[in-house]
Amino acid sequence: MSERTADLPSTVDAQQPAERTPSWLAGRLAALRSLSLVAVLGILTIVGVITTDGRFLTTGNVLNILTSASIIGVVTVGMTFVIIGGGIDLSVGALVALASVWATTLQTQSYGAGIMVLCALLVGMGAGLVNGLLIAYGRLVPFIVTLAMLVAARGLAQSLSDRKTQLVTVDSINNIATTKWLGVPLLVYIFAAVVVAGWIVLNRTTFGRRTVAVGGNAEAARLAGIDIRRHTALLYVLSGLCCGIAAVMIMARTTTGSSTHGDQYELDAIAAVIIGGTLLMGGRGTLVGSILGVLVFTTITNLFVLNNLPTEVQNIAKGLIIIAAVLLQRRGSDTGT
Amino acid sequence: MSDLGSVGLGRRGFLAGGAALGAGALLVGCTSNDAGSAPSQAAAPAGDNAKPGKTVTIGFSGPASDHGWIAAIGKNAQTRAKAYSDVKFEPVEATNDVTKQISSVETLIDKKVDALVILPFDGKALTAVGKKAMDAGIPVVNLDRIFDTQQAYRTWIGGDNYGMGQSAGNYIGQRLKDAGISNPTIAEVAGIDNLQLTQDRSRGFKEALAKFGFSVKARQAAQFTVESGQQVMSNILQAQPKLDAVWNHDDDQGVGVLAAINQAGRKEFFMVGGAGSANAMRLIKDDNSVLKCTVTYSPTMASSAISLARLIAQGKGMSDLVEKEVPSYIILASATVTKDNVDQYLPLGFES
Repeated sequence: MSERTADLPSTVDAQQPAERTPSWLAGRLAALRSLSLVAVLGILTIVGVITTDGRFLTTGNVLNILTSASIIGVVTVGMTFVIIGGGIDLSVGALVALASVWATTLQTQSYGAGIMVLCALLVGMGAGLVNGLLIAYGRLVPFIVTLAMLVAARGLAQSLSDRKTQLVTVDSINNIATTKWLGVPLLVYIFAAVVVAGWIVLNRTTFGRRTVAVGGNAEAARLAGIDIRRHTALLYVLSGLCCGIAAVMIMARTTTGSSTHGDQYELDAIAAVIIGGTLLMGGRGTLVGSILGVLVFTTITNLFVLNNLPTEVQNIAKGLIIIAAVLLQRRGSDTGT
Repeated sequence: MSDLGSVGLGRRGFLAGGAALGAGALLVGCTSNDAGSAPSQAAAPAGDNAKPGKTVTIGFSGPASDHGWIAAIGKNAQTRAKAYSDVKFEPVEATNDVTKQISSVETLIDKKVDALVILPFDGKALTAVGKKAMDAGIPVVNLDRIFDTQQAYRTWIGGDNYGMGQSAGNYIGQRLKDAGISNPTIAEVAGIDNLQLTQDRSRGFKEALAKFGFSVKARQAAQFTVESGQQVMSNILQAQPKLDAVWNHDDDQGVGVLAAINQAGRKEFFMVGGAGSANAMRLIKDDNSVLKCTVTYSPTMASSAISLARLIAQGKGMSDLVEKEVPSYIILASATVTKDNVDQYLPLGFES
């Protein structure tokens, strides 16, 4: 938390006078954080090459890692926006489940793939809008609102699906998971497209700058003429939209819709965002870091399975990596400022 | 295997007097209380048990359904209870939080129900409250996940996890041996690893394979959910360029496992499922996927548990047996379902 005071001003250009960290330095710090994750990925790769008998660095395996990362990756993009904007969204996993269930009911499936996709996106955005309105206009704490949504959305998913696994019988949905262009699965393209779109919106548009401003210092942002309530609500809609996209991907990948989908996505996504170098308090963050965070976790899982190691060891390793990454970042930012 | 009775037991079709499915050597085959399903020598007394007796209240507590099997448990219990005119069914909210389950069972004890059917989320954690019920004079039918002490239940009924692993291991071992494969690559997709049932299944599997001189080359645990099955299997397929056989512990996560296999375009091996979902059985029947067999662990046991609780509360025995009391320990056997016998089992499969 100690570095926060130094970072706050850099978020709002209109509030420059108190600025201590010039923006070029802030940029270098962000790069440093990403670099430490790249280093972690590098170490994992070396471990992979040594321990797996050449099975790690094959095209097939790299694509496998990217495909595994694709769904949680899309969710993490939305989460990054929400956290930079000073909020938190604990409902993402439940929204993925709800959207996947709603889009795979027999009724919805009878209308075909287009409506199923539309349904998933609308359900995600709709639930996100409810989150956003309650937080922005109802002045409720994001943690509480999205926690309530987590419980309620999963409950609704269970009651809609009658707690059964709903098989997807529409081939064009299932084909999303098997389609490859130039040898690369379509899911990876979707992941990449969402990341690129997210990066552009965050770094090259007014919406992105406002997100940073609202998260860094809401009062200052308001004085600068930003409608912070409208903007906050939109952030949750954006997160919901990402959940809707992820729901379509999970429907394709598992060929089902289920109330059990997206289990603990909120934790995975938040962990990836945090180790990626985004400040949990908001106001500063990098999308590239978040994605690297997702890749680190996915690579660990992959490595453990390639070496046939049990699940509990994976979880210990993940916990250690989170701590190590955060410590590394703190060091980086301390020396930097 | 003489396990057909156990699987058939809770089936409503039996109420209509369906054909007796097997030798029915298991005790459980007799709890069905329907003339049609009882072994021949005891047909008449069985009819007596089905007749309405003293109205009894049966409390039911189980884990929240996180997959099809648990969902089927809750539904089977309810359906079975409704089939009796003399049973008042009192389910409490399903939960995966042991403290919540303890307090909801305590509520049922306070209500002084006549019998309790409990599928604990964690048998060890719920032992104390089971004992509390027994001490209060309420007989407890402990379903599947077992309590630590026999003082905590009047009767235990559950599946045979070790036997399930054995059935799967025997099928895979025999099939590979028949195919003349000497050093096969066998993979195992387990369920939640810290559950005793998963460990028992894996032990049974390992020991059955050992008889053929085979061992498991790759083993990973999933979470019983479709998504986890997909993830784990896609990684295993990556790790093992060539497989000979796969045992997946649970048909519900199996939907994800099969999705991963199809997406990878692999078909050089065969797969055995677990639990016995209707979907898995349909795939076995169609015979155009890698899934060739499943070993049952049927949620119809919940129906049987209700029947047992009713008999115990009414002070009746299982009328096919000589004893006047319901037995205190009943293990259901695991059936091996293949294309050859799938038609028999299909009606018993649960919709995942």
